[in-house]
This record gives sequence, C-alpha cells and structure tokens, in this order.
Amino acid sequence: METLMILLIGVLIAVATYLILSKNLIRVILGTAVLSHAVHLLILTIAGVKKGNVPLLEEAEAPYTDALPQALILTAIVISFAVTAFVLVLAYRTYQSNGTDDLEGLRGPENE
Amino acid sequence: MVQVLFIFIPIIAAIFIPVLFKKVRGIHTGWFVLIVPVVLAAIYASYISRVMHGETIVSKVNWVPSLDISFISYIDGLSLLFSLLITGIGALVVLYSIFYLDRTREQLHNFYVYLLMFMSAMLGVVQSDHLISLYLFWELTSISSFLLIGYWYDRDRSRFGALKSMMITIFGGLMMLGGFILLSIMGETYSIRELIAQAPTLVSHDWFTLSLVLILLGAFTKSAQFPFYIWLPDAMEAPTPVSAYLHSATMVKAGIYLVARLTPIYASSEIWVWLVMGVGLFTLFWGSFFAVKQTDLKGILAFSTVSQLGLIMSLLGAGAVAFHVDQAQDTVFKFAAFAAIFHLINHATFKGSLFMIAGIVDHETGTRDIRKLGGLMSLMPISFTVAAIGSFSMAGVPPFNGFLSKEMFLTSMLAIKDFNLFAMDTWGTIFPIVAWIASVFTFVYSFYFVFKTFTGKYKPELLPKKAHEAPIGMLISPIILAALVVIIFFIPNIIGDVFVKPAVLAIQPFLYDSASAIPIHVSAWHGFNTELFMTIGIFIVGFLLFLTIPKWQKLYKIAPDWLSLNRLYDRFMTFLDKDLNFISKLYMTGSIRNYLVYMFSFIVVITISTLFVKDAFSFSMEGTAPIHVYEIILILVLIISTITVLLSKSRLTAIIALGAVGYTVALFFVIFNAPDLALTQLVIETVSVALFLLAFYHLPKLSRHEERIRFRLNNFIISLGVGVMVTLVALSAQSQKLVPSITEYYKETVNTLAGGGNIVNVILVDYRGFDTLFEITVLSIAGMAILGMIKLRLSRKENEHENK
Repeated sequence: METLMILLIGVLIAVATYLILSKNLIRVILGTAVLSHAVHLLILTIAGVKKGNVPLLEEAEAPYTDALPQALILTAIVISFAVTAFVLVLAYRTYQSNGTDDLEGLRGPENE
Repeated sequence: MVQVLFIFIPIIAAIFIPVLFKKVRGIHTGWFVLIVPVVLAAIYASYISRVMHGETIVSKVNWVPSLDISFISYIDGLSLLFSLLITGIGALVVLYSIFYLDRTREQLHNFYVYLLMFMSAMLGVVQSDHLISLYLFWELTSISSFLLIGYWYDRDRSRFGALKSMMITIFGGLMMLGGFILLSIMGETYSIRELIAQAPTLVSHDWFTLSLVLILLGAFTKSAQFPFYIWLPDAMEAPTPVSAYLHSATMVKAGIYLVARLTPIYASSEIWVWLVMGVGLFTLFWGSFFAVKQTDLKGILAFSTVSQLGLIMSLLGAGAVAFHVDQAQDTVFKFAAFAAIFHLINHATFKGSLFMIAGIVDHETGTRDIRKLGGLMSLMPISFTVAAIGSFSMAGVPPFNGFLSKEMFLTSMLAIKDFNLFAMDTWGTIFPIVAWIASVFTFVYSFYFVFKTFTGKYKPELLPKKAHEAPIGMLISPIILAALVVIIFFIPNIIGDVFVKPAVLAIQPFLYDSASAIPIHVSAWHGFNTELFMTIGIFIVGFLLFLTIPKWQKLYKIAPDWLSLNRLYDRFMTFLDKDLNFISKLYMTGSIRNYLVYMFSFIVVITISTLFVKDAFSFSMEGTAPIHVYEIILILVLIISTITVLLSKSRLTAIIALGAVGYTVALFFVIFNAPDLALTQLVIETVSVALFLLAFYHLPKLSRHEERIRFRLNNFIISLGVGVMVTLVALSAQSQKLVPSITEYYKETVNTLAGGGNIVNVILVDYRGFDTLFEITVLSIAGMAILGMIKLRLSRKENEHENK
C-alpha cells in the first residue's frame, strides 16, 4: 500500500511542478495547492499506514496508528491554508494593479 | 616607542591643515606644511652616525596584542636612507608646490592633507618591521596616490588615471598581502627581522615559491615594472609636485624597497633572481625604447622613470646572485646591490629635478607638448641649466652622478655573463647587450627631452603664454637637486660610506659583518676597460640616433596599437563592466519561470546523483500494508482529478477538480485512521474552494481564450524529474527505517501525564504546544496581511492621484 501511495504522490508532485512552471499565475497557485496535498500524504505514508487503530484511547484498542505525523500534518494543513489564502488575494491584487496574470508580463520596468 | 610616533607626525599635522587653510588665508598653507618634512628630515639625519656604525633603532607600539599585530619601527641603513629621501625630497617638493600651486585658486587643504597622508604612509612602509602594518601603510600609499592623481577631479583624464593606478596597485597590494600571510605562516612570525633570521629553513617550505611570486607581484605593480607600468604614464595627470614626489622619487620605489628588504629571505631561490633581474632588464629596455615616442614632457619622464626603476630592479636581481656563489666578497656581484642603492639615490635627485623643470616649463609656457616647445634656452637659462644637468646625469655623462651608477651597472651586467649557474653562461651574454641597447635609448631620450625643449626655434605662436623664466622660489628645489647631482659625482665615496653601505648591509646581511667591511670604492676613472668602451659606444650611437630621430621615429607607428598594454587594460575593464554584465543578463532574465527551472533542475540533479553515488537507493515491500479495492478506486479518482486540474480549460473546472483532490485526500485520511485530519481537511477544503471561487470570480479567465495548458517538453522533463526524485527518495526512506518512532512514549503517557485520550490533540496542545501557538500566529498574520492588501489599495490609489 505504501509503495502504491508513494507512486501516487510522485504523480501528484510531477503534476504540481508542471503547473508551477506554467506562466499563468492562477495555475501556479493551483500547483502549490496540489503540491501541499501531495506533501501531506507523503508525511502520512512515510510513517506507515494502517498499522493500528485510530489513536483515541477510549474509542479503540491498541495498537494505535502513529499519532505524531498526524499532528504534524494538522499543523501543515492550517499553515498551507493560510498561505494559499494569502497568495490568492495577492494574485487578485496583482491582477487589479497590473491588469495581467501572465508571469512573463510581470517584470521589472528594466525589461520592458 | 618614539620612533614609531615619528611616522604618524605628518598624518597628525594633516588634521590642522584645513583649519589653517580656512583661517589663515593670507599665507600659503604650504609654508606650515613645510615644517613637517624639515623637522623629520633633521630627526632622521641625526640617526646617520649611529646607523653608520651598524646600530639599528627599534621601537614598538602594540596595536592588536592578542593577534600579535603591532607597529614596529625598525631603522637600519636601508630604511634610514629611504626615510631621508622621503622627508628630504618631501621638503623640496612642498617648497616647490608653494610656488607652483596658486593660493587663491587651488584647494590647498585637500592637496596638503593628501600629501601628508602619503608621507606618513611612505615612512610607515619603509620603517615597518611588521608585515601586516607594512601592508597597511602600503595600501595607504595607494589610496593617497589615488587622491593626489585625481586632485583636479573635474578633469576626465585625472579621474581615469587615478582609477587606473588604483586598480593596478591595489591588485598588486592584495597579491602581496597573500604573499605576506603565507610568509608569516611559514615562519610563524610577522617580524621581517625574525623571518630573515630563519631564512635558510624557509627555502624548503612548500609555499616558498608561491609567496615569492605573490610578493613580487606587489612589488612589480607598485614599482611600475613590465607589464604593470601602464598606470604610471596616466598618473602624470597629477599636479607636477606630486609626479616629482610620488611617481619618481618615493612611491614607485616602495616596490624596490620591498625587493631589497626581502632579498635576504628570497635571494637563495633561482626564481627570485631570474624574475627580478629579467623583469627589471626588460622594463629597462621597454621603458627607454618607448620614451622617445612620447610627445608630452611628463610622458617622457614617466617612461624614463619606468626604465630607470627597471635598471634598479635588475641590479637588485644581480645582487641576489651573490647569495649563490662562494666567496662573494671576491666576486663582482658585490657591486650590484651597491650600484642599485647608489643609483636609487641618484635617480631620486635627477628625476626629481627634471620633473620640477617639466612643471616649470608647463607653468611658464602653458604647454608640455614637446612639438610646440623649443628655443627656450635664452628665455629660461636657469631652467635649462638644471634640465641639462639632470638629463646628462640620466644619460650617464660625466661629470654627473648618473655616470657613476651607469658604469657600475655595466660592470654588474658584464659580471653576469661569466656567472655559470643555472644556465646563465649560455643566456648570460644577452644581459649586457640588452643593458647596452637600453642605455643607448636612455641617452637618446635624455637628449631628446632637454634639446627639443630648450634649443631649436622658439615658436611663440603655438604657446598659450609668453615664455619667461620662473620665479626664484620655484627654482630653489630643482637647483638644490641639480647641485646634489654634481656634488655626488665628486664625493661618491662619502655618500657610499654614509648612506649606501649601511643599506647594502641590510640587503646582504650574510655577506658582511659591518658596513665598513664592504670593499667598494667608487672611482670616476677606472682605467681603460670594457665598461668605458661600452660607454663611449653608447655616447656615439646615442648621439647619432638622436640626430636622426625624425627619420626613425616612424618606427613607432608601424605597430603601435596592438603592442600597447593600455589597449589590453581598456579591453579588460570593458570586459568587467559591460561584457560580464551582458553574460549575467543572459541567465538573469527576470522571469520567475526561468529561475524555477534552474532551481528544480539543480535539486533533481543533485538529489538523484547523490542517491546513486552514495548507493542510498533501496526498495523493499516488506512490512507494507495490504491493498484493498476501494483504495485503488480512491487512487484512480485522485489521479483523474489531478489530471483534470492540469488539463482543464476553464478555471471553474480546475477549482472543482482541486476540490475533488482535497476531498479525496480527506477520504484517504479516513482510511488511514486519522479522524482529526479528515475533519480538518474537509472543512479547510470547503473554505478553500469557496475562497478560490470568490477570488477567481474577479480574476481573469485562465487565459484570454481559455486555452488548455500548453505542452512544453522541458517543463515536462523537469516535472517528471521532480516526481521521480520524490518517489525515489520516499521509497528509499520507506524501505530503510533505522530507529523506531517515539510515539510509544506518547501512547503510554497521554493519559497519565496529560490526562487526555485523543493522542493527536494532546500532542498539539500539550506535548508540542509551541507548534500550535505559532501556527495560530501564521494564520492571524495571513489574515492581517489579506486585510492590509485590500485596505491599502485604496490609500495607494489616492496617492497615485496626488502624484499625478
């Protein structure tokens, strides 16, 4: 299962990279979103999946799944959400100020 | 203690110069300045008798004791001679500048501050026994020389000359610093005296040759040796007193001093002998040959300085040969070091006076162009006399001091011929021949300088000013120097005993016990020998060449440009400035995509190659969980929705597909037994999609025509590479786990220590609560930033309106 998951993550990351290399600002943001999904899954997978029950003492019996990566991912999800929200508004503002979402068009005055 | 402070007297005096210049407008500031070199010269003169008897005067002031860095003033024959030159000629130059520079029109406070700064620096160079403080003063001479060359900073040529000399001498200075550091590591001391004492053990060290070459680079750049002489002719844009002082008598001799000072350490190396002598001789020839091409009086003198410095350098190289022969006292090489120092004194006297005359001619006629000058002999008789004395001495004509040093030079070069060590017996014949040809050209340009200026036809229509004799104040200094030129000829042995022999003792300390033991007696007449016939040959051929100058001067036009090193320097500077800029613009395109391509490619290449070079890749399926059908379905859903994000034409499809990706990830969290993650992921994904929809409503369409993403092969290869890289690293990491997880501890203590049942939540708020604290901070900062971006828009727009 882990091997299969890693292959899946590889595909996700390849797609995310391709999106990030696009010259369209929106696609870059979509790419970062996909990238963060891939990384979250990767953290979970590396720790090993389905090795036990849900990590709740009263609800389930030992053995439990590793809880530490879950805590890390929870932090990561929130942070990537904050960053995505910020970048989205930034893209929105960029488009309003410059009238373009083409990254090749967004350069310093020197190159124009 | 006290002697070290003497070095700083000029720089301390410099502090008061601007005040005196501003407050005492009636008196030329130079008169106040004059006190400093005169007093210092008197002080140094009082050491003469002590140093003559072999005494050395050492004093020390600690600077950085913990790093063993200090100012050490070490006065022996060599440094005393230089100190006297610096202060003595300094006094004459200051006196000359009082009449040369106008009190009302020139910014005298700048001039004298720079000049005094230079004087301190130069005294520091020649007296320092500590390598690091020597370097400090060395660079201070470069800086003050830069300031003095650019004194008339509103002229383009001045700024160009200042920059050029700065670039070249600082380059050499930095190389020299490298050499010094190597030297101090080899000898484990910074003190030159202690290094000389352990010279025999240094030779076998690995870094010996490297430090030798680096230090010689410093000496050659400073002393304007081939090919670094090119800054000196351009430095002639400085006021003439500066040219006379810095660029003929003192600063350019700093390299000579360094070579002389370090001779006891390095002379036992063949490379040293060859480099110093070879470069010196070639510079001698090159400088003398190209001096005749110049049309500017100061240009002639600049090339002549280059050439004479080459002569002194080659003599020092020949003096180093004495370290290679047994019974050096009986050989003729003992002459070389003596001749070098003797000529150094002579050169300082006659070149100083010649520069001052060139300045007088410029001052009184308004031009230095030799083609416009002529027939000034009757108008400026005193200047002519001084110029003639200086030039004849430079040409090596008796009864002037240049004759004596030229004879000794020829003797040394003839001696090289008979010296059969490291292949000199086969090549040695070249040395006297080159020396002879160079002397012929020296003769030619000396006559060219004096006779083209002062004889011939007077051309008043070409001169900006009506020519007349200079004021007496301006003439005092050159007259004193010219008088010295003659006096030294008649009393060479007094000069030799008092100044030269103690200096030679410092250069060749292993050969003699004391200065008086040096068995050299200079005589103007030494019988009919080879040197005399060579000199007669020089006079005859030189005179014939001088008469026919107009006929063969065209030679210079055959290959003038590509032979010139200036062209190479200019090309190099353009390369640094424009071409390198062009090259960096080739890859610094300003496009984020390009930079991302660089980053991704390097990460992929470095990671994958490390993985295989270190043989770190491994793959095993051991201990993995079983696969169920619904999981495969989820994986397919995830892949399909991701591809949809990639390929969708419209942004709405892309957002919805991205939402599908997020929800599928949440489902994965469910089957991987992570309920908190699944919960958070569902909520966050919902909010994100809402946010995306909100923002995208205002954003443009994916592109103007809602195109699909364009296929680009290199992007595809790079993203494939990144995907493969992550997969390989993850597989390796998954297949080889070295230590067990620390979660066992959390599991066991979550109830007893933290009193909770949800391990994930307890980790978040109890075990690792700091993560959560700052994650909250991140969220609030993002919120404030978003608010700021939306609010600030309004105020900025208002500002834009105001600006318009």
